[in-house]
Amino acid sequence: MSGTHEHDDDHGHHHKETFITKYIFSMDHKMIAKQYLITGLIMGFIGIAMSLLFRMQLAWPGESFPLFEAVLGKWAPGGVMDADVYLALVTMHGTIMVFFVLTAGLSGTFSNLLIPLQIGARDMASGLLNMISYWLFFTSAVIMVCSLFVESGPAAAGWTIYPPLSALPMAQSGSGAGMTLWLVSMAIFIASSLLGSLNYIVTVINLRTKGMSMTRLPLTTWALFVTAIIGVVSFPVLLSAALLLIMDRSFGTSFFLSDIFIQGEVLHYQGGSPVLYEHLFWFLGHPEVYIVILPAMGIVSDVMATNARKPIFGYRAMIMSIIAIAFLSTIVWGHHMFISGMNPFLGSVFTFTTLLIAIPSAVKAFNWITTIWKGNLQMNVSMLFSIGFVSTFITGGLTGIILGDSTLDINVHDTYFVVAHFHLVMGISALYGLLAGVYHWFPKMFGRMMNKNLGYVHFWITAICAYGVFFPMHFVGMAGVPRRYYENTAFPMFDELTDVNILITVFALIAGATQLVFVGNFIYSIFYGKKAEQNPWNATTLEWTTPVEHIHGNWPGAIPEVHRWAYDYSKTNENGEYVLPGQDFVPQVVPLQDGEEELTH
Amino acid sequence: MITVLTITVLVLIAIAIWQMTKIFELSQLRAAKNETATDNDNKVNGYLMFAFLVFIYGITIFSFYKYTKVLLPESASAHGAEYDSLMFVSMLIIFFVQTITQFLLHYFAYKYRGEKGKKALFYADNHKLEFIWTIIPVIVLAGLILWGLYTWTNIMDINDEDDPLVVELYAQQFNWTARYAGEDNVLGDANVRMIDIDNTNILGLDESDPNGADDIIVKELHLPVGRKVNFHMRSQDVLHSAYMPHFRAQMNCVPGMITQFSFTPIKTTAEMRQDPDVIDKVKRANKIRAAKAAAGEPNSDPWEYDYILLCNKICGKSHYNMQMKIIVETQEEYDKWIASQKTFGGEAATGVAIK
Repeated sequence: MSGTHEHDDDHGHHHKETFITKYIFSMDHKMIAKQYLITGLIMGFIGIAMSLLFRMQLAWPGESFPLFEAVLGKWAPGGVMDADVYLALVTMHGTIMVFFVLTAGLSGTFSNLLIPLQIGARDMASGLLNMISYWLFFTSAVIMVCSLFVESGPAAAGWTIYPPLSALPMAQSGSGAGMTLWLVSMAIFIASSLLGSLNYIVTVINLRTKGMSMTRLPLTTWALFVTAIIGVVSFPVLLSAALLLIMDRSFGTSFFLSDIFIQGEVLHYQGGSPVLYEHLFWFLGHPEVYIVILPAMGIVSDVMATNARKPIFGYRAMIMSIIAIAFLSTIVWGHHMFISGMNPFLGSVFTFTTLLIAIPSAVKAFNWITTIWKGNLQMNVSMLFSIGFVSTFITGGLTGIILGDSTLDINVHDTYFVVAHFHLVMGISALYGLLAGVYHWFPKMFGRMMNKNLGYVHFWITAICAYGVFFPMHFVGMAGVPRRYYENTAFPMFDELTDVNILITVFALIAGATQLVFVGNFIYSIFYGKKAEQNPWNATTLEWTTPVEHIHGNWPGAIPEVHRWAYDYSKTNENGEYVLPGQDFVPQVVPLQDGEEELTH
Repeated sequence: MITVLTITVLVLIAIAIWQMTKIFELSQLRAAKNETATDNDNKVNGYLMFAFLVFIYGITIFSFYKYTKVLLPESASAHGAEYDSLMFVSMLIIFFVQTITQFLLHYFAYKYRGEKGKKALFYADNHKLEFIWTIIPVIVLAGLILWGLYTWTNIMDINDEDDPLVVELYAQQFNWTARYAGEDNVLGDANVRMIDIDNTNILGLDESDPNGADDIIVKELHLPVGRKVNFHMRSQDVLHSAYMPHFRAQMNCVPGMITQFSFTPIKTTAEMRQDPDVIDKVKRANKIRAAKAAAGEPNSDPWEYDYILLCNKICGKSHYNMQMKIIVETQEEYDKWIASQKTFGGEAATGVAIK
C-alpha cells in the first residue's frame, strides 16, 4: 500500500525561507507541532495556576491572601476571593485544561509531529489547512484568555456551561460578555479541531509509505487516527449546541429555555429544554474525554514497548480496544445525565453501554502490564510517566464502575467523588501521556535531549502529589460535598473536612511548583540540552530514521520502505540470537532476514 | 504570616528539588553525561517504583483509617440500604482489582528493571490470556449491571401505590421552598408566569385550580417517618439539583419541566441523632466549633444534627449556601406541625405574607 508522492526525490533545492514562513506561518508539520505544544503548555500554565488559586480558597476559606489581590484585583477585595470569581476560576480551569491543553496541546502536537513521520510521509496531506488549523486554535486561545479580562468577568457557569445559567446575564455576572467570548472562542476552536482532524484522517489513509499497512502502524498513529475520527463525529454537535446557545442569548430564541422567572420578571422564553442542551453537550463531552485519553494511550503503548525492549503485548487487541472504546464513547453520553430529568429507562441503557466500555479499558490495562513483564526496562523519564499513566488510569478508571452505574451515581453525582475520578482517569493520566510524549520525542522536536535528572525529580514528586491530591478527594465526595462550592462552611456536617482539604491543597501546591522544574528543563534543553543522536532510545519506528536536523520533506532522498511491524524488540532467531546481531531491535525499514519469520500478530 | 510561610515552603521545595537532582547526579558515578537511562538509573528508579507501590498502599490505608469517619452515616431511607450494599460490593471489587493490578504493575517495574546484556522476552500475544482477561470483566460487570439496573428500576419507579405524600420542591436562586399537596394530596397547577409576588403567590399557583387552595407552602421540609414521599421538583430560573445525601436521593430541578423522585424515610431526625456514628460526628464538629468560638471566629455556634437538602448543580454566586432543613418525625408530630401551617387558599384570602 503506497501513496503517490508527487515530489518524491526532488529535495535538492529549497525555497528560500524567511523568518515568517519558517517560524510563524509555517506549513511544515514539525514546526506546527512545536507551535501547538508551546501554545498548549502556556495554556496549561494558566489553567494549573487557576486551580492552585481555588484550591487555596477551599483549604483556607475566606482567608485573605495578598496573592489573590495581586492576581485577581477587584475580584478579591482585601485579598479575600469573591464567590463569583471562584466559579469563574473553576470554569476556566476546566475549559482550558480539557480543550486547550489536553485536546489541542496533546493531540494537536503529536498528531502533527508523529503522523507524517511514523507513516512515512513528506508532510500532512494539506500543509495549508494544517497551518490554518493552528492559527484558528491560536486565535481561539487568545480570545479565551482575553475573556479573563472583561469587566463582568469570564464565563462562570462550569465548563459544561449549562443553560439557563449560561444563557442569562442576570443569573450570573459571568454570563455576560465573558460567556459570549467563551462561545466565540469555542466555535473557532471547533473549526480548528475539524480542519486538523480531517487532515490527520486523510493523511493516515492516503499517505502511508510502501509496506506500511494498517496493521503495521505504530499504536500512537492508530490512536491519533481514531481520535481524529471521534473528533469529526462529535465536535460538530458541540458547535451546534454553541450556536443554538448563542441564538438563545442574543437573538431571543428558546431552544434551551422555558418558563423562567428571574429578578422579579417573567422572561418570554417558552418551549425549550435545558435537557436538550445537556444531550448535545455530552454527545461531544463524553467522546471528548476519549479524545483526550486515546492519544495518551497510544503514546504510552509505544513508549512502553520501546523502553521495555519488548513488543507491545496483544497488538491487535490494542487496536481493537481503541476502536471499541471509540465506538462505545459515542453512545454513553447519557451517564452524565442520570438524574437530569431524563427518562429513567434511558438511564438503564446508558448504564449498560457505559459499563461495557470498562471491558476494552481493562484489556488495555492488562496488556500494558504484560508488556513490562519479563522486559528489560529502561527507566527513561518517558517510561516512568508511562508506568505512572497505567497506575493512575487504573485507579481513576475503577471508580468509573461506581459512577457509570445509574443507581450508585444518584448519591455521588456532582460531588468531589466525580472530581477525583475524572482527574485521575483523564486529567492526570492524559497529562502523563503528554509528558511521556514530550520527554520521548523531545530529541525529535528540538534535536537535543532533556535533562534526565530533572525529569526524574519532576516525575517522582508529581506522581506522589497526584495521588496525594486525588486519593483523599474520593472521601470528600463520599461525605456528600458537592463540587463547585465556594466554601463548605455553610454546612456544619462538612466542618471536619477542612483537614482533608488542607492536605489536598498542600499536595496541589507542591505539584504545581514541581511543574516549574519541567518548564525550566524544557526551555533550558531547547537551547543548551545535550545534542541528540538520531535514534537515542533505540526505537524501531520510522520517525527515528529521519535526520536530527529538520528538513522540509523529512527524509533526504527516497522515503524508506517498511518491511515489518513496529515492535520487533528483542526478537530472536531460533538459535536465541538477536535477529540483527548485537542489536536488540529491528527498525521497520529493515527487510526480513534470512530464515526470519514474520509473525502474524 | 501566611506569606512568609508560603515563601519558606517554596524555598524549601526548591532546595529539596535541587538536592534531589544532585543525588540523582551523584548516584551516576561520574559516568559520561548521558541523557538516556543507565543501569544505575534503572536500578534507582526500579527501587523507587517498589517504594511507590508501598506509598499507594500507604495512602490507601491512611485515607481509610483517617477519613472513613467523614463518610455519610447509614442511610435514612428505605431504598438506601440496597444502595449502600451495592456500593459496598462495588467498592470491594474495586479495591481487590486495584490492589492486585497496582502490585503487578509496580512489582514488574521493579523486578524487570533493565540491565546491560539482559534479554527481554519476545512475547507478542497469547490469545488464551487475552480471552481470560476479557471474559472476567465481562462476567463481573454483567453481575454489577444486572444488580444496578434492578435497583435503579425500583428506585425510579415513581407511582401512587401505598398512598404517598406528595410534595413539591421548588428551587430558585438561592433558596428552596416546599409545597405540600394538602388535604386532597393533589398539587394545584402552577407556572412561573402566574407568580404574583405582591399577592404572595410566590410559586405561581393557578388560583382558579381548586386543587391548589389547600396546598401548603413552607420553608422547612417536614416528613412523617415510614410514609413514602413523592417529590415533584420545579425550578424558576436556572438548573438546580435537589440533593438529599442522607436519603441517597438526588434529582435535578429543571426550568420548564417537572422532575420526580420518591423515597420513604425510615429514621426520624431524633433517632438519627442517637446513632453512634452521628453522635461522634457531631462531637468532632462541635470540638472544631468550640475552638473557633474561643478564637472569636464567626460561624461557630454548636451544631445539632439535621438532615439537609443541598443544591448540587452550579446555580450562581450563592450556590454554596442554598439549603433547606429536613425534619423527619413521627406521624403525630407531623400532623401537629402541618395543622399549624396555613393553606394557600387561606393565605390568599387573608393576605398574610409568607415569612
